Amino acid sequence: MPTERSRIATLAAAVAIALCVANVSAAPDLGEPVSAADLVGLSITIGPDGNGLPPGRGTAIDGVDLYVDRCASCHGVRGQGRTGPALAGGAGTLAGKAPVRTVGSYWPHATTLFDYIRRAMPYDNPMSLTNEQVYQLTAYVLWLNGIVGRDESIDARTLPGVKMPNRAGFVNAWDARDRD
Amino acid sequence: MRGTRYGPGVLTRFANVSDPIPVAGGGLLSRRALLKGAMVMGAGAALPATAANEHLGAAMAWQKTPGRPPTGYGNPSRFESAVTRTTYNRYGAIALGNGGSFTPLERLRGTITPNGLHFERHHQGVPDIDPAKHRLVVHGLVRRPLRFSIDALGRYPMTSTTAFIECAGNSFPNTNDKPPQVTCGEIHGLVSCSEWTGVPLAMLLEEAGVRTDAKWIVAEGADAVSMHRSIPIEKARDDALVALYQNGERLRPEQGYPVRLLLPGWEGNMSVKWLHRLELVTAPVQARDETSHYTDALPDGRALQFTFEMGVKSVITQPSPGWMLQGPGYYDISGLAWSGAGHVARVDVSADGGRTWAQAELLETAQPFAFTRFRLPWRWDGGPVRLMSRAMDEREQIQPTRAEWLQRYGAKQRYHYHAIQTWQVDDMGEVSNAY
Repeated sequence: MPTERSRIATLAAAVAIALCVANVSAAPDLGEPVSAADLVGLSITIGPDGNGLPPGRGTAIDGVDLYVDRCASCHGVRGQGRTGPALAGGAGTLAGKAPVRTVGSYWPHATTLFDYIRRAMPYDNPMSLTNEQVYQLTAYVLWLNGIVGRDESIDARTLPGVKMPNRAGFVNAWDARDRD
Repeated sequence: MRGTRYGPGVLTRFANVSDPIPVAGGGLLSRRALLKGAMVMGAGAALPATAANEHLGAAMAWQKTPGRPPTGYGNPSRFESAVTRTTYNRYGAIALGNGGSFTPLERLRGTITPNGLHFERHHQGVPDIDPAKHRLVVHGLVRRPLRFSIDALGRYPMTSTTAFIECAGNSFPNTNDKPPQVTCGEIHGLVSCSEWTGVPLAMLLEEAGVRTDAKWIVAEGADAVSMHRSIPIEKARDDALVALYQNGERLRPEQGYPVRLLLPGWEGNMSVKWLHRLELVTAPVQARDETSHYTDALPDGRALQFTFEMGVKSVITQPSPGWMLQGPGYYDISGLAWSGAGHVARVDVSADGGRTWAQAELLETAQPFAFTRFRLPWRWDGGPVRLMSRAMDEREQIQPTRAEWLQRYGAKQRYHYHAIQTWQVDDMGEVSNAY
């Protein structure tokens, strides 16, 4: 008896064959074409290579006022955490009994910080910041962790090259899995 | 919840059953013993004869009053109002939407979770999406970027699959140093099982024309954190479903209305709800929820990334904390087992803390990637016992002990806990969580 899993695969394969064999009209083909213009503002994912980073720049100094105004009430002025999680600190704690996992101690890629701030922060008003502001806050959080200098420009060119302290701290279990 | 009495009518106690043969310590009986006969005899014996006679011929109030008319959408009996999810919140008033709710596993039977009791885990609340304005976009490394309306998706050939969804953080309370004294659902209830219906993702990818350099697919939700995850293209093509229906009706808002992804057997966070964008890429994008969260701490301080499949797991749901056994005698142990590998092959039960085990009966509803219900008859002698269940899946992976699981990971590891659960029954019949 076919399993649910194999039935999904079979149904998909049937349509794939219908598409390939020549008669495209056999497939539902009910999607509308999407243009590059349609994706502006929608395609917001930033890759670790910096793919997707927008124009703009910011430094930690530029971001101080904004951070104090919009971030510090939850994360603390020094990123030590308050009602929200800590953003800084925790260096050297990961192998101990009380690991503190922050942007500085744990996150492997700096690009993730820009991506997450832009899509999700501030928590009470996500997607309200300009790209410039997101660069400023990214720079500020990296500076809190001692990863960049206070006047260092963070932009599409420099951010992917920021060396995160725990960059080598992850094992890719998917690539390492048994392929049986 | 602790100490709630559900009564012998709920946790079936069989009286006067001719003695079946014990198959393991602590009073465990053969799974082949007496299911049909015992139920008939048990039902007769559980009702005291005098109580039945007092009411013989006396019509009940609801027999003498017209019942209420039909309704547009049904609800459970008012006598079941206690059967609800237990909700929790991560950061209090500053982020009310960051939290979840636990399925009350100990109150349910069978293998399908009612839609209103499916567990929830939201990172920024439940969005109120107008399906007429919602689109699912497929783009990135494809020859034809496409956008699908919900109406359009509704015209595709659909398939159904019964699958559990389990939060990667399910059972995290048992990583605490001391066993938390809460219900089974409040420990293990970030897992539920439904029949999901929708369009195979492979079909939409085929129409968009995936380029050969596309190896991963980024799925993004339309909630207020635009939650996103990177998924290997193999899974997307194998059994991923773009789901529109849950147990026959349209998805509930808290389950991703109007459309969600379903990745059978993989950690729930990846079955992205409120799905609005699928981007084909060459490599994982290192999203916040696949780096800072949903990664597994190792003892040396490193962490495992991209551990997608949920481990083989089981738990006894009846009896469990909150139950009081009503005196020595026969009980039916019942529980759930599941595995991200597919089929549950076998479940063993112990009533003596793991010294001896007996094989449980797997009920015939069992399907791969779905809940499997198991049962085993048991005669409680009235003394303290430790009940455990241990599942094995089709890949012969065996559910670990708590000590074995803890040894694999570093401190404060909260994901992928799937160790054997021990329920302690004391000599008063009260059930509690134990390590």
